Amino acid sequence: MSTRLTSGGRLVNKNKAVSFTFNGKNLKGYEGDTLASAMFANDQLLVGRSFKYHRPRGVVASGAEEPNALVNLNEGADFEPNARMTTTELYDGLTAKSQNHWPSLEFDVGAINKHLSRFLPAGFYYKMFIHPRPFWKYVYEPIIRHSAGLGKAPKDRDQDRYEHFNVNVDVMVVGGGVAGLTSALAAAKTGARVMLVEQTGHWGGRAVVDQPEIDGISAEDWVNNAVQTLESMDNVTVRARTQGSGVYDHGYVLAYERITDHAPTKEAPRHRLWRIRAKQIVTATGAIERPLSFAGNDVPGVLLAAAVRDYAVNYGVSVGDRTVVVTNNDDAYRTAIAMKKAGLEVPAIIDARPAATGPLIDDARALGIRIEMGRGVAKVKGVKRVTGVAICAQEGDGAILEEIDCDCVAMSGGWSPVVHLWSHCGGKLNWDAEAAMFRPDPARPPLGADGEGFVITAGVANGHLRTDAGLADAHAAGLAAAKAAGAKVAKSKAPTAVDADEGAISPVWLMPQGAKQALRSKAWLDFQNDVKVSDVQLAAQEGMESVEHTKRYTTLGMATDQGKLSNINGLAILSKALNADIPNVGTTTFRPPYTPISMASIAGPARDELFQPIRKTPMSDWHTENGADYEPVGQWRRPFAYVRDGETVHDAVNREVVQTRESLGLLDASTLGKLIVKGADAGKFLDMMYTNMMSNLAVGKCRYGLMCTENGFLSDDGVVARIDDETWLCHTTTGGAERIHAWMEDWLQCEWWDWNVYVANVTEQLAQVAVVGPNARKVLEKLGGMDVSKEALPFMQWREGKIGAFDARAYRISFSGELSYEIAVPASQGRAFWDALLEAGEEFGVMPYGTEALHIMRAEKGFIMIGDETDGTVIPQDLNLQWALSKKKEDYLGKRAQERTHMADPNRWKLVGLLTVDGSVIPDGSYAIAEGENANGQGNTQGRVTSTYYSPTMKCGIAMGLVHNGPDRMGEVITFNKVDGSTVDATIVDQVFYDKDGEKQNV
Amino acid sequence: MLTLNCPYCGMDVDETDLHAEGEAHLKRFGPGSSDDEFHDYLFQRQNPKGVHFERWRHIYGCGKFFHAARCTATLEVFGTYSAQTLEPPKDIKDAITAKRPGWTWGDFS
Repeated sequence: MSTRLTSGGRLVNKNKAVSFTFNGKNLKGYEGDTLASAMFANDQLLVGRSFKYHRPRGVVASGAEEPNALVNLNEGADFEPNARMTTTELYDGLTAKSQNHWPSLEFDVGAINKHLSRFLPAGFYYKMFIHPRPFWKYVYEPIIRHSAGLGKAPKDRDQDRYEHFNVNVDVMVVGGGVAGLTSALAAAKTGARVMLVEQTGHWGGRAVVDQPEIDGISAEDWVNNAVQTLESMDNVTVRARTQGSGVYDHGYVLAYERITDHAPTKEAPRHRLWRIRAKQIVTATGAIERPLSFAGNDVPGVLLAAAVRDYAVNYGVSVGDRTVVVTNNDDAYRTAIAMKKAGLEVPAIIDARPAATGPLIDDARALGIRIEMGRGVAKVKGVKRVTGVAICAQEGDGAILEEIDCDCVAMSGGWSPVVHLWSHCGGKLNWDAEAAMFRPDPARPPLGADGEGFVITAGVANGHLRTDAGLADAHAAGLAAAKAAGAKVAKSKAPTAVDADEGAISPVWLMPQGAKQALRSKAWLDFQNDVKVSDVQLAAQEGMESVEHTKRYTTLGMATDQGKLSNINGLAILSKALNADIPNVGTTTFRPPYTPISMASIAGPARDELFQPIRKTPMSDWHTENGADYEPVGQWRRPFAYVRDGETVHDAVNREVVQTRESLGLLDASTLGKLIVKGADAGKFLDMMYTNMMSNLAVGKCRYGLMCTENGFLSDDGVVARIDDETWLCHTTTGGAERIHAWMEDWLQCEWWDWNVYVANVTEQLAQVAVVGPNARKVLEKLGGMDVSKEALPFMQWREGKIGAFDARAYRISFSGELSYEIAVPASQGRAFWDALLEAGEEFGVMPYGTEALHIMRAEKGFIMIGDETDGTVIPQDLNLQWALSKKKEDYLGKRAQERTHMADPNRWKLVGLLTVDGSVIPDGSYAIAEGENANGQGNTQGRVTSTYYSPTMKCGIAMGLVHNGPDRMGEVITFNKVDGSTVDATIVDQVFYDKDGEKQNV
Repeated sequence: MLTLNCPYCGMDVDETDLHAEGEAHLKRFGPGSSDDEFHDYLFQRQNPKGVHFERWRHIYGCGKFFHAARCTATLEVFGTYSAQTLEPPKDIKDAITAKRPGWTWGDFS
């Protein structure tokens, strides 16, 4: 059984017990434990079920590479799925639940799948669920959805805080093992700005477990000194529990800091995402041990060899009393030696190599451990935990020579350098056949903005498994990075280290090498996704020649662990099945992040009111206090209507329209874009920007203008006022201000840069109020000041002066068809002006109106709205706006495009008014139905609705729409579809429904 | 995420502070141009693997448009320069030639 040892446990505080629960069971661990080590201490070997066959699964690894031990952590707002036990630090009150089981972990119905595994081979989903087609949607998918998926989605809103840090550094070092520390020290001593991150809470990586001697002292002492030195340097930032998650173009690095996961509190942010710009990056990310592929290698109690000694040394827990070590290299002997020295049994070391010698092997033998050379594991015995191993000749087909009782199997297939960060941005790999590993190719690094490499790997990550060589490599990497980042580098000495000499590894991709189908179909490659040796071989047989195809066909290397344990073994099996070399088969693409990072850390503070800025007008507080029902318009929030007690929004809209038409309404029009265009060539410039002439507009007058893109489509509209000889003020739509400003800048900076024109966006400098209705003039006269009479301020003109106490520019323009003044005042006077208008307007029953009343009134007048009547495919001619297209001008943006054949086609849909026969409102988005069907069997159409409202003025539904040959078909009745499948008939009419002659606005 | 040096600010700028504005050195065709000329001006764009010229705008900075010469395959940046020119300046062309001898792009080489 697995248990807590009396000795060992350098990371746990045995004076401080910690309580936690697993599947509701109360358990105890120590401060410093991971959830995984605490589970072992409680003899909880079974931690989950596998994804496909629901096989019992236990912890395999001791770090970020763990594929099996995924749990649902905590509850409610703190719920988190897919937490790895091996990287979850234990704290008091932690609750964990296993995933992928039903009804219980111990008794799982889905485990029946394992008996069906013969019928659930690779590509099973693709083969099985294709026919009959409708079954996928209604039968297969719902069932698969129910039983598939890792973990559960959180239901409650996340209550924690998350933040982003942005930093620039010269040298970013990823990995806090002895190599990373060495690189960081070497770089830091040149004066370069260095950031060093380590994904766990502890420094020193494997060295503090395996204890080589460094610079004449113990690895542990050396690591402590190094960390202290780095922390004392002003030019160094040191962060533990921070994973270098991804490397991106031009030296951009994301690092993911788990600030309070190990000690939950609401006082601090939970995660911090570091957004780092590094001139150079050193990846000292170590290596991951590979499993061996033998039958039953997924039974709980089979672990990576190094993990077994990690648990003993770091946490003082043994995985089993009797550990059989299975290996193809010397390093795993360290596990046997460590277990033996901890007072536990090591019945045998099964070494697949025909022969091997070396100090570690001698040490093991001297401790009296039985060593079997040239042997392999035929299969592991046991279901929910290991009970023994059957031994065979590695060269054979699995005939059992002997069975050995044990409760732990420590396997090692060698080490794979963690090349992920090197590869994220395009760093290439070489296959080192002798060391049986992919190593970064320093000649083909990821390239930065200057075309030079910006990532250097160091130490074990660079394939140097021995400490001394690794430290020399890391030291050189640190100096090279500092130099490339621009630091002055003097020669300095690398640390030296002494560890046991090791013999050569002998690659073992299948154990035994001639394993029969029965064994191969129980030899797991990918524990998380339930992919076995036989699955990859089947994929190869069925024609999946590329490793990328095999990955998708078998799911090898997918999901949360992304094949950290399985990829190399899987592609070795694939290459053998394809009769190709490993380097010719290649790896799948390594993509960031290295391990999953929280979505919330990516969002950071960008949530709630900080999600995006909300632009507010000076009158916005009044709107909020007076029932404004807001709608978003760009980044503005505009009142849709001001809803009074007892009213629906619809009631409010109708009231606002009626009152404005009958007496007086106010609109906060401050959001309208206002661009000042000024300069000697401003008139010439505006003649290019607008379809109509603006250069000949007289000072003091206004003109409605259209803007098109270069391909002729309507882009924006608005009223332009000539302010003085060199100055025009261009109104844009609310959503268009920034876009049109950028559009003007584009042409001025990149095409006509010799023209003398300046553009300024003054939208927010001015508050603007539309004073609308038959009593508009009266209320302004009551405020006093400038002469607003018909004679002094005629329609489509503007004047500047005082209105009451306010500095005003009044435009006689109308988007409603009523007598209307749009009055701009400095933003600082906006609210006071609004209040003054409300007070003066009280006797007229003044009512502010929202955007919906605005829309209805403009539709009653047949005025187009950018975004309603236009959608990026509509040209001015479609909207009967030929009058606004200058014939005098040789050129304007869009003019050439409108000569293209499709644009000049007389068969285009054109704007008309629509009145339903029954007075109802045509649904938004309705299409006019035409005879027949198109090639896809869909009904033909002859038009569509662009604006549709209930008109309180007309007391019926009104609409505008684009209809084929519409203006030639006045009086014709056409049919529109409705969402419920029924139809509604409408008569084609003139688009102006109200006051066709404009008598009301021109008074 | 790219960094480009804004030739107006003289600083390295993160891609998030920039706005991509499409191909550089387009020649505008207006009224009087043939259908083919106008079609190419509107729709035909280079899509090279290698040397490319682009327009960028320092939108969350000085607001200026500028041009960048870079390699679409390696993301190497050969240089950035003012948008107020009809062709890449000599120093930019020389920088490209040093790294990619024999390069061509549109009418430039």
